[in-house]
Parts: sequence; structure tokens; C-alpha cells
Amino acid sequence: MAAKNKEMEVQKQETIQKESERTRECPSFVPQADIYETDENIVVLLDMPGVEKDNISVGLEKNILSVNGYVDLEYPEDYSLALAEYRYGDYERSFRVSDRVEQDNIEARYKDGVLRLTLPKAEEAKERKIPVKIG
Amino acid sequence: MYLNYRPLSIWREIDRLQRGMERVFDNYSSDRNYPLVNVWANEKSALITAELPGLTKDDIELNVLENTITLSGERKTDVIPEDAKYHRQERSYGSFTRTIRVPYKIDVDKVEAVFANGVIKITLPRAEEDIPKKIKVEIN
Repeated sequence: MAAKNKEMEVQKQETIQKESERTRECPSFVPQADIYETDENIVVLLDMPGVEKDNISVGLEKNILSVNGYVDLEYPEDYSLALAEYRYGDYERSFRVSDRVEQDNIEARYKDGVLRLTLPKAEEAKERKIPVKIG
Repeated sequence: MYLNYRPLSIWREIDRLQRGMERVFDNYSSDRNYPLVNVWANEKSALITAELPGLTKDDIELNVLENTITLSGERKTDVIPEDAKYHRQERSYGSFTRTIRVPYKIDVDKVEAVFANGVIKITLPRAEEDIPKKIKVEIN
């Protein structure tokens, strides 16, 4: 838990170019993520402000869960840029998902700039509680 | 013949502004650094955008006074089930206040703010009486 009077910090990390180059001109960012696990699910929360729901794609291939978000940006008409502190851009990030996740039932929801992925755990992966006896 | 044709690009312009001359208009100034803002301007108005993911419109407060606007709020921690445990926690939480000054008097009644997909867009129209009048020069 964060301290009550904690101040927000700016964190926006650009994607490091790997072997392939991007075809789109705009920069690409690694969305900040929180991941937590419950008895039933693994939940991934990603900050992806500025993208429309329909421009987000979530894919799963060979245990790699990949998330992409594309921004559609237009110049505000009749305005010119006077101060630029942050850059707009696409989002991309991928995670390796274990076989213990029910890969067909991953759910994705986008609200207020945050993408929430719910990965249900496979039945056999749910923690089996073994009572420890004395003696 | 090869022409080095470079169409005007919003991405390139943002890069250029950021790299070299971050404050083109020294007049648009602000104090702390969260949230980062981009300011678009013309003669009659300014448009401020800021990324505030994970907040709802009720979490954000705007205060306008003469030529400044203050953007404040708090991003609360997610409510997670009691049995949950974090594997990764990169997103930050907490409160923020940011004041941005524009080089004119703001028409408070006409300020508009739209919050969608975690991005706030605030339009700050310049007060009518503050807009310079154009005087036509006539030749005798």
C-alpha cells in the first residue's frame, strides 16, 4: 500500500528497439503494469492512456501474451503546439504466460485509460491446500 | 530527381519541441511535474492535455484564477481482494497538484474540460476584453 500523502511521479518508458523496426512513425511506450494473483485469477493492469478501446489488441501465441495499443492523433485545428512535455505514442508489451492459465478464457477490459486483463488459473494450478497434521 | 520530401508530422514536431526548446513560449509555465502537460495555443484560446490513467472525472479538480489553472487530484490504490498478492507493482499512486500559467486572462465561464480514455483536455478561452483588437490602417 502506498503512503497516504505520496505524490505522483511521472513514469513513461519508451520501448527499446529490438531486431525489427517499427513501421509507424510515432514512438512506442511500455505501459506500466501491476500484476497480482488471487486463488482464481492472475490480474494484469496496464496504464494505456489515450487509446480508443477498438485500437487495443490482445493476442496470445505460444504462451506469449502481447498487448498493443495504437494512438490516433490529430492536430487540434487552428492550434499550434506551445509546450510539449510528454510524447504521445503507441503501447506495446508482452508477457510469458504459463500453461497453468486457461488460455481460452482470458478477459480484457479497458476503462479510464487502464487495460485490465484477467487470466483465469487452470483448475489443476489452483493451490491445493494440504492440511498439516501434528504428530 | 530525388526530393527529400518530409511532410509535416505531429510526431516530429513534438520531438523537436521536446529536444531543443522545451519552452517555446516561456509564458506557459508550471511548477511540479505531474501530470506532464502539452499545451496547444492560438490567439483566442489554449488547449491543455494531460494523461491521467486510472482516474475518473470525479477524482480530478480544476481551479481557474485569472491567468492560472490548477489541476489536482488523487489516484487511489486499486482495491484488490484480500487473498491477492502482488507480483509486480509499477504503476504509481498518490496525490498531485499542478498549476499552469497562460499568458492572458482566462474567461472562467467558458472553460471546458473533457476526460476520456485517461486523458484530460481542457480548453481555456481568452477573456474577450483581453484579446488584442485589430485596427485597420487606412491610407488617405
